[in-house]
Amino acid sequence: MTDHDHFEPVIIGFTCNWCSYRAADLAGTARVKYPPNIRLIRLMCSGRLDPTFVLKALSSGADGVLITGCHPGECHYLEQNYKALRRYLFLRRMLVQLGIEPQRVKLVWASAAEGVKLAQEITNFVEELRALGPLSWAKPDGSQPSAMSHEPVEEVAA
Amino acid sequence: MSANGAKPKFAMYWAAACGGCEIAVLNIHEKILDVDANFEVVFWPVAMDAKYKDVEAMPDGSILLTLFDGGIRNAENEVMARLLRRKSKILVAFGSCACEGCIPGLANLVPAQSIFDTAYHTVTTDNPDGLHPQFKWAAPEGVTLHIPEFYPVLRPLEAVIPVDYFMPGCPPESHQIAAVIDLVIQVLQGKANLPPPGSVIGAGGSTVCDECPRQRNVKTIKRFTRIQEMATVDPTLCLLEQGLPCNGPATRSGCTALCPKAGAQCIGCYGPAEGVVDFGARLMSAFASVLDSNDPAEIERILDTLPDPAGQFYRFSLAKSLLRAGKQTLVHHGSP
Repeated sequence: MTDHDHFEPVIIGFTCNWCSYRAADLAGTARVKYPPNIRLIRLMCSGRLDPTFVLKALSSGADGVLITGCHPGECHYLEQNYKALRRYLFLRRMLVQLGIEPQRVKLVWASAAEGVKLAQEITNFVEELRALGPLSWAKPDGSQPSAMSHEPVEEVAA
Repeated sequence: MSANGAKPKFAMYWAAACGGCEIAVLNIHEKILDVDANFEVVFWPVAMDAKYKDVEAMPDGSILLTLFDGGIRNAENEVMARLLRRKSKILVAFGSCACEGCIPGLANLVPAQSIFDTAYHTVTTDNPDGLHPQFKWAAPEGVTLHIPEFYPVLRPLEAVIPVDYFMPGCPPESHQIAAVIDLVIQVLQGKANLPPPGSVIGAGGSTVCDECPRQRNVKTIKRFTRIQEMATVDPTLCLLEQGLPCNGPATRSGCTALCPKAGAQCIGCYGPAEGVVDFGARLMSAFASVLDSNDPAEIERILDTLPDPAGQFYRFSLAKSLLRAGKQTLVHHGSP
């Protein structure tokens, strides 16, 4: 998949139950279109996002990870989204040291009313990743991961 | 004593390691006499003369206990790991290198070529002829000489062979080694049972923080500090609360929190605590929780005070982490 024109990035998106997951739902109800490159995973809060999840996604074949949560000051659990923000900023710095483009992990705030905004952010992110090209993190046995295959889901302890 | 052929056999081998693990075994003092009394040492390159062909000649499964320290960096490491696996009933990944790559695993951040360039071609290297190791070299005498192939990445032992037990630590603490040796002797005498295969032995199941006597309050810090920049370290307060990047929250217990007790931050040598998949990710979460700011610009300024996050988070466990190596390392060479 070196031909970037035909490269379809695989994105894992983590959404918050109280805002961005509902924004995605709203986008669906309102028939706002966004590219099918993203697989959304619902968490109760962006504060639940263990950086392990992001590293697991990238090492298993994702080309990018989208982290979404409630706008600052609007967290359902008071201030866990700030925790997500701090983890995200930490994670980006570490990814740079490992040679991974930090743009592959993106943080977006989206309220439950912002279906259109979330759809637009996803569309933008797909194009940004298309420009970056595949990540194709090698598996421990040296083979390239096939992101489109459906492997059994492994349990990731938090 | 060793003339008694009925004694079970013991071996210890070092792969990509520094030798500190062997010193730690000798550091069990008079307990080493129990090892001699109960085992016949058949192979231990650092302590006695032996050849690889001697090991090859042994029947499969004839060594009862092998302590294997060091990660797998080159072809020789891998051949010896496979050989000793075949010859051993119980094989223990001994020490941080064998368990998760340790310091040698940090070299996974850069391609192998860069490691050689650093070793042979820096400004301060005295190498006027520009010599560089060749894995294969046709000598003028007409023979081709080989040295073991250097792999693109270092792998922990478990990535190469099945491992029965894991004993973490850089090096494992002597009292833990003594306890494990006591246990094996008791098993031999029928007084105890071996732990379930795959267990971590000679360590606790919790974190270093749980063993640390320092007082923890609500932790919030405005900057990270290096210990040499501190005039005094409060003897009773949590080091992380004082701004020292202490790896205790993610690190397995078992060392009795030696470093924090002495006023130095935990560096994480006992590896990830029970249930932690990726040491760096866990530590990142812990550190992110103590930063006293919700403002992105200010958080970035705080993060500036920790200039080497990858080194901090993966000092001992990069080779065992989810990503395992830097992108350039994997892209240029793939994995062995």
